[in-house]
Amino acid sequence: MGTLHELSVRDAAERVRRRDVSAVDLARAALARIAAVEPRLGAFLTLDETGAVAAAEAVDRRIAAGEDAGVLAGVPIAVKDVICTKGLRTTAGSRILERFVPPHDATVTARLRDAGAVIVGKTSCDEFAMGSSNENSAYGPVRNPWDPARVPGGSSGGSGAAVAAGECHGALGTDTGGSIRLPAAYCGVVGLKPTYGRVSRFGVIAYASSLDQVGPFARDVADAAVLLEAIAGPDPADSTAAPRPVPSYLAALDGSVRGLRLGLPREYFVEGMQREVADAVRAAVGTLARLGAAVEEVSLPHTEYAIATYYLIATAEASSNLARYDGVRYGLRIPEKSLGDMYEATRAAGFGAEVKRRIMLGTYALSAGYYDAYYLKAQQVRTLVRRDFEAALARCDALVAPVAPTTAFRLGEKVDDPLTMYLSDIFTISVNLAGLPGLSLPCGADAAGLPIGLQVIGRPFDEATVLRVGYAYEQATEWHRRRPPL
Amino acid sequence: MPITRDDVRRVAQLARLRLTPAEEERLTADLGHILDHFARLQALDTRDVPPMAVVEDFGALLRPDAVRNPPASDELLANAPAREGRRFRVPKIIE
Repeated sequence: MGTLHELSVRDAAERVRRRDVSAVDLARAALARIAAVEPRLGAFLTLDETGAVAAAEAVDRRIAAGEDAGVLAGVPIAVKDVICTKGLRTTAGSRILERFVPPHDATVTARLRDAGAVIVGKTSCDEFAMGSSNENSAYGPVRNPWDPARVPGGSSGGSGAAVAAGECHGALGTDTGGSIRLPAAYCGVVGLKPTYGRVSRFGVIAYASSLDQVGPFARDVADAAVLLEAIAGPDPADSTAAPRPVPSYLAALDGSVRGLRLGLPREYFVEGMQREVADAVRAAVGTLARLGAAVEEVSLPHTEYAIATYYLIATAEASSNLARYDGVRYGLRIPEKSLGDMYEATRAAGFGAEVKRRIMLGTYALSAGYYDAYYLKAQQVRTLVRRDFEAALARCDALVAPVAPTTAFRLGEKVDDPLTMYLSDIFTISVNLAGLPGLSLPCGADAAGLPIGLQVIGRPFDEATVLRVGYAYEQATEWHRRRPPL
Repeated sequence: MPITRDDVRRVAQLARLRLTPAEEERLTADLGHILDHFARLQALDTRDVPPMAVVEDFGALLRPDAVRNPPASDELLANAPAREGRRFRVPKIIE
């Protein structure tokens, strides 16, 4: 038996409910682990020791009183810093929100608390979730727990690193173009981007509203299923949260893929990708075939247009969403004589280089004379990308693919070349455009020991099948048991 | 459609961003490079393709018309960069 911080979400909650261990002990174990490894990682922007211990004490009191303390009873969880936490600073990785303390919880935060989770702190991310490496955080980079010279992936890099390093048992992230799946792959953990509309976005700081979705990080697929079940479902405060009931995702994990038809998109094995990644993913597909799945090649012909489509739509939406940071009601203000000067000075001082770049790109794509050629065109191509998936998923129950063309790259390697950085998202981004669920789970390691991720993509609102495929793969392999050498 | 430094200045004004000369220069190069790559979209024939703004439209969802208590004004004002009593303080708008 390992130490407390290594327990799965399910085991930890079960032990708390059985009173084998107290929620306070679990919280203290997580905080001790954070104190031990955090100086080498930088995964957290804000810790909440006091709040975590108080929440854990409340869970212990409920259990002592014979009450149901929830499916996440006493489990230490971390929350990405774009998700509002009442009374706990939420910066979105930006200077412009350096002192912002939300007056309310996001719906997902409230649901975690209702399920008994203990929130230990806020994890680092690229500023406003804009990035693929976590290097765009205004508060410094996060280091990959497998190799401190490498990025954890972005934009939810802190959540991926924290779960991999055992600083928490699970975490929430957001995924607009791959921001959960990429760090999950680079850090060797499980990450799930749910279907657009599966999880409420209320209280989540907006980047691109037609693409943003909240999802879990965990160390195995069953934990991801439990976390998704806790946060998913309709929300009176978010009209884009689907009015559909939430099934039991855990119950869907029967360990079998027999009879399932899995598609392998040929456009996701491209020239220039790391050989070890392609080999590991093909080996994983072979494992699924041996377990009884029927595998066939499929085509997603508009894949090569996805990066351009995404970066026009996402930046256009961002330019509108980020207009609210004007120094009037909250956040940074640089005082100037006139209101217009105050806006410009505040935004110049508060936003980092990548955020400015995306606001500029999006504003340009929406501006008079360019709207049809860029924004409208991208929306039309988005339809074509969605149709590609509809055709493939009419034949197949799910698709299997790599998460990224390479394993984690070096800090600084791509910061001066935005386009090369954008291309890191090439295998994740189409899934957001089409609004589908995508799971990332460990399926190998390269020669340097860096994790490789397998992506499972499903039909809209069919997270159950995606998780079922991932779980069956996990039962047959050992990759999810590897831990970084910290 | 090559992007010029004047384009960058115009767009920065629309976006209420004050850029330094170095930022203007960098953004002219970056946006040019990025938009060059994005020009590939123009090659696709999309004449009969409808634009997609949302993945799935659930129509007008209505929540129960029940009284809720949003955060009180004091809690909201706690984040104000400058306040005067129960108001947000801003520079004079009308001369």
